[in-house]
Amino acid sequence: MTSVPPTVATAPPHPRNGVGRRLSRLFSRHPRAQLGTMIGAPLAWLLVIYLGSLFALLLTSLYTTDPFTGDLVTTSTSSDNFRELIENPTFRTVVYRTVGIATAVTLIDLALALPIAFFMAKVATPRWRRVLAVSLVLPLWASYLVKAYSWRVILDPAGGVMKQSLGFSPGFGVTGATIVLAYLWLPYMALPIYAGLEKIPNSLLDASGDLGGRAGRTFWSVVLPLLKPAILAGAIFTFSLSLGDYITVQIVGGKAQVIGNVIYRDFGAGLIPAAAAFAFVPIAIMVGFLLMVRRSGALENL
Amino acid sequence: MTTPRTSRRLAGVALSAVLVLAAAGCGSDSDSSSSGGGGGGDKGPAAPTKLGKAEGELNLIAWAGYAEDGSNDPAYDWVTSFEKDSGCNVNVKTGNTSDEMVQLMKTGEYDGVSASGDATLRLIAGGDVAPVNTDLVPNYADISSFLKDTQYNSADGVNYGIPHGWGANLLMWNKKEVTPAPDSWSVVWEKDSPYAGKVTAYDSPIYIADAALYLMKTEPDLGIKNPYSLNQEQFDAAIALLEDQKANIGEYWADYLKAADAFGKGSLVLGTTWQVIANTIELDNPGTVETVLPKEGSTAWSDTWMVSSQAKHPNCMYLWMDHITSPKIQAQVSEYFGEAPANPKACTETSDPDHCKTFHAEDAAFAKQLWYWTTPTKSCLDGSGDDCIDYQRWTKAWNDLRGS
Repeated sequence: MTSVPPTVATAPPHPRNGVGRRLSRLFSRHPRAQLGTMIGAPLAWLLVIYLGSLFALLLTSLYTTDPFTGDLVTTSTSSDNFRELIENPTFRTVVYRTVGIATAVTLIDLALALPIAFFMAKVATPRWRRVLAVSLVLPLWASYLVKAYSWRVILDPAGGVMKQSLGFSPGFGVTGATIVLAYLWLPYMALPIYAGLEKIPNSLLDASGDLGGRAGRTFWSVVLPLLKPAILAGAIFTFSLSLGDYITVQIVGGKAQVIGNVIYRDFGAGLIPAAAAFAFVPIAIMVGFLLMVRRSGALENL
Repeated sequence: MTTPRTSRRLAGVALSAVLVLAAAGCGSDSDSSSSGGGGGGDKGPAAPTKLGKAEGELNLIAWAGYAEDGSNDPAYDWVTSFEKDSGCNVNVKTGNTSDEMVQLMKTGEYDGVSASGDATLRLIAGGDVAPVNTDLVPNYADISSFLKDTQYNSADGVNYGIPHGWGANLLMWNKKEVTPAPDSWSVVWEKDSPYAGKVTAYDSPIYIADAALYLMKTEPDLGIKNPYSLNQEQFDAAIALLEDQKANIGEYWADYLKAADAFGKGSLVLGTTWQVIANTIELDNPGTVETVLPKEGSTAWSDTWMVSSQAKHPNCMYLWMDHITSPKIQAQVSEYFGEAPANPKACTETSDPDHCKTFHAEDAAFAKQLWYWTTPTKSCLDGSGDDCIDYQRWTKAWNDLRGS
């Protein structure tokens, strides 16, 4: 402690015309240069890493592979991979299945998250609210893989936890995968809704009650319209996370395949251009989804 | 007012930077691939004439059970002794399928691979592996002669690897659930299987050959002579058989530990397997499963240790290839995986004195009856013409089957 002041005292004074001083003078005279330097690096990072990889993806999707060695043939390009996406009915089946699972997961999470978040925001005492918020976030601290494999033990059709306690189990398949994904992504739906509900003043609920609105009416006409952006924000999370997932489906999905599995499989089999072309499908779906919800203001609630 | 213009200009600058970078990336990409392609097969790096100092590190791609360090079963450990003797630290990446191994080898981050016959030729043609100087592997001299200089481990008289061992894909079943004990592959192919939902199959395009092999024995009208050499009609019949089978499949397996887990717990009760999976189950759930080589014969593998053409630790790889083919280690690895050792001297070292007899290790005639994994090509492997289905179409058909 005592040795600190001498070091400060012996440090040389700032030179009046040092590089730093000159730079700061430059920036104060040219505010635009200041702005450019400040956001330039992150912007370049975003453009190069993000758009650059998208561009590389597009380029790859136009190549073909050597049928024997699986090496990329980059001397010519063709749109065969995209044509196959449209013409091969298997891809359509996989896309429908994936979007179906993602939609189901989103709806299940919404149905579960609404009452939980409402209880937390409007009914629970502050002490309980904290306990509930922590327990909602707590599963996020455990590894995704551990949770998926635990569900394998629960869903196992031959003497798993569910089979033994309830007498039945959906087993491994689309239903199992939907249940596990809904479990995994629930916090991502519940937290935005909870935050949205907190923003709604209690006085609005009281006013609705005073005007004769019953609970259902208050929910439909007052809470839900105000909560819509928060719900859509949560839906963006659950929908996009489900759309991109393939590991959960690999673990508890039985023989079912979603978009991610097909891409992973193509990649493993050396059909990298086909994988790249198929990767545009979830991107297109997500862009469409985001354009749809953009007008609702949900993007401001992320 | 100026902000939109500025940001647009910024975006323009950044975008052109992206394009330049992307173009640069493509340029170097095609450079490396053209040199790789040119080096394929005949003009690859020459085999070393003598070994240098061990590099202290070795990165392997291996089949499950081929490079055991005792972490799965303390009784099976031949990596630790190698590390101690050679000073090479071994990192093992388990490959689940031949396709995966080929993809991993293309990264150039591994020194060697235990490649099956359906991967070896692709690796040689792609220039991903280097010729091997067998004089630098003293134990090579003892290896069964019928495994040397075969069409899957050498090209144009140049040797590309050291044989590891060979064996057949087996039929495994749950002893409690499946009665009577099956002796034919028919149980995994029959339409109204009593085991619907609990049947499994290997998750790789090469499994199409298993369907073709069954058709070869049961439907002679199709005229299949080699399960890896199929014309359109034969191929369609195999795929149709696989489509029917899919209704009975609970899960496909590629990860051997997942297969062992599902069989051990009982969610799968019947399907194709490797002996190492049965051994793994035996460890946790003794007495659950049994295996057999069905009467139709089976698809099989014959594996070869190959050195990457981009190996950073080639000396360690040569030391490993000698270690893994020494009689004592061959005895251990072939008993653990459940296969015939390439080195017949191992037969006196196995803990089960009949091991080599069980797996027909020195029986070249038996070895010839099995259908070893190989890469299907357009030019028919059975010499019947040039209109066979190549492996890329096998892959696409398999992906279609799995996705639908």
